[in-house]
Amino acid sequence: MFSANPFSELSAIISPEIMQGYIVLMVILVIVGTVLDMMHKKSAEYFFENAKRAQKDAKRVLSTGKKASLAVQTVAGEVLTSSEFKSTRRRISHLLTMYGFVFFVVSTAVLIFGYATQANAGIWPALWHLGALSLAIGGYWFWFAIRVDVASEGVKWYNFNGRGDIFIVGLVSTATFALLWSATMGAGALNTLFFVLFIACATVLFGSVYWSKFAHMFFKPAAAYQKKCIKADGSRENLPDDYDLTDPSVQQRFPDIPEYLGMNPPNMGLGINREPPRHY
Amino acid sequence: MPTFVYMTRCDGCGHCVDICPSDIMHIDKVTRRAYNIEPNMCWECYSCVKACPHQAIDVRGYADFAPLGHSVRVKRDEEKGVIAWRIKFRNGKKDMDLLAPITTKPWGTCIPQLGDASAPTQEQRDSQLLFNEPKYIRMDEGDIHTLESNGLTMKEGVYY
Repeated sequence: MFSANPFSELSAIISPEIMQGYIVLMVILVIVGTVLDMMHKKSAEYFFENAKRAQKDAKRVLSTGKKASLAVQTVAGEVLTSSEFKSTRRRISHLLTMYGFVFFVVSTAVLIFGYATQANAGIWPALWHLGALSLAIGGYWFWFAIRVDVASEGVKWYNFNGRGDIFIVGLVSTATFALLWSATMGAGALNTLFFVLFIACATVLFGSVYWSKFAHMFFKPAAAYQKKCIKADGSRENLPDDYDLTDPSVQQRFPDIPEYLGMNPPNMGLGINREPPRHY
Repeated sequence: MPTFVYMTRCDGCGHCVDICPSDIMHIDKVTRRAYNIEPNMCWECYSCVKACPHQAIDVRGYADFAPLGHSVRVKRDEEKGVIAWRIKFRNGKKDMDLLAPITTKPWGTCIPQLGDASAPTQEQRDSQLLFNEPKYIRMDEGDIHTLESNGLTMKEGVYY
């Protein structure tokens, strides 16, 4: 099953041109939804104004090389490894979902544009199946256990919360029905049913960008990059410095530190982070 | 004036919701980010501001504390055991940094083990005093301790 290209059998019923047209339509829907979302939330305007304010408070000017290095750090940290998450469970679930989604979408596009009529498509069908599986595992983990409504607010897993859940429901249902469609290939009506549900869920996922959380994948990296820039240029959004408690100049400036914590303060542990925040 | 959340910094972890004594920090059901549901009821205790691991919560302070437009931001670093404050006036002329210890021992190592304490005697049970009360207000040693009984005098002003 994992090595079979599901779209090659589909090409007997639906022409590759229609499949390719559908992919193009989904890309257009994502672009339009993201632009509308950006206009509605004024997120681009916010980032621009925030950057201008930070520039005013900056203690040093960042060179182009430094900015490029911060951008690389953002891609390597926040984008590729989801390092912004403090909770390890959320981070692993996010990585499974994110990489699953990327592999699933990229392999779908490659299979439809490159191998629509060929049963043997190299590694791409395996990547398509593994992507969908990873997306489903990460997504269901989030849906049943990590979602804040379920983990902290006592909401049951089957309570669907409209706009708040449309993105994750779209993701897991698309992955699930894609896998079921591939697994039931040749099973007649059941296979057709799973295919219709797969397409319906994918259309909801990509068509609901304006209402869902889909657009976070564009503005979250921008926010992470800006956070690194304000630290590097010293403006820090008016936040205090990260003091090195062993630094003699810090100890001289704040004499309470060596008096109460000693010259080389120990690590005090996690504090309130020793327990997850789920008491409400 | 109440707390507000920088949406781009918040990741919806729920620490502020957990710690808010007024139960007014909630997670928005659509965006899954924290927000203050009842700003009028916020008394700016700063609990959520200090608990936020991303420094995503800020406060618009009252004008009697500093001129409007000022900024009072805080970073509580539990692993280092310190809290850092930065107070900045609107015109930027006053920009003050403060740093203070918040613990001298690792967290959780000095929690009293009340379960290991000896059970109260019948006499203690019949007494109107609460468990451990005599020990802490030291009625058992004769009388309540005062500055005078300890040979101390009140000094004027702030001192250490």
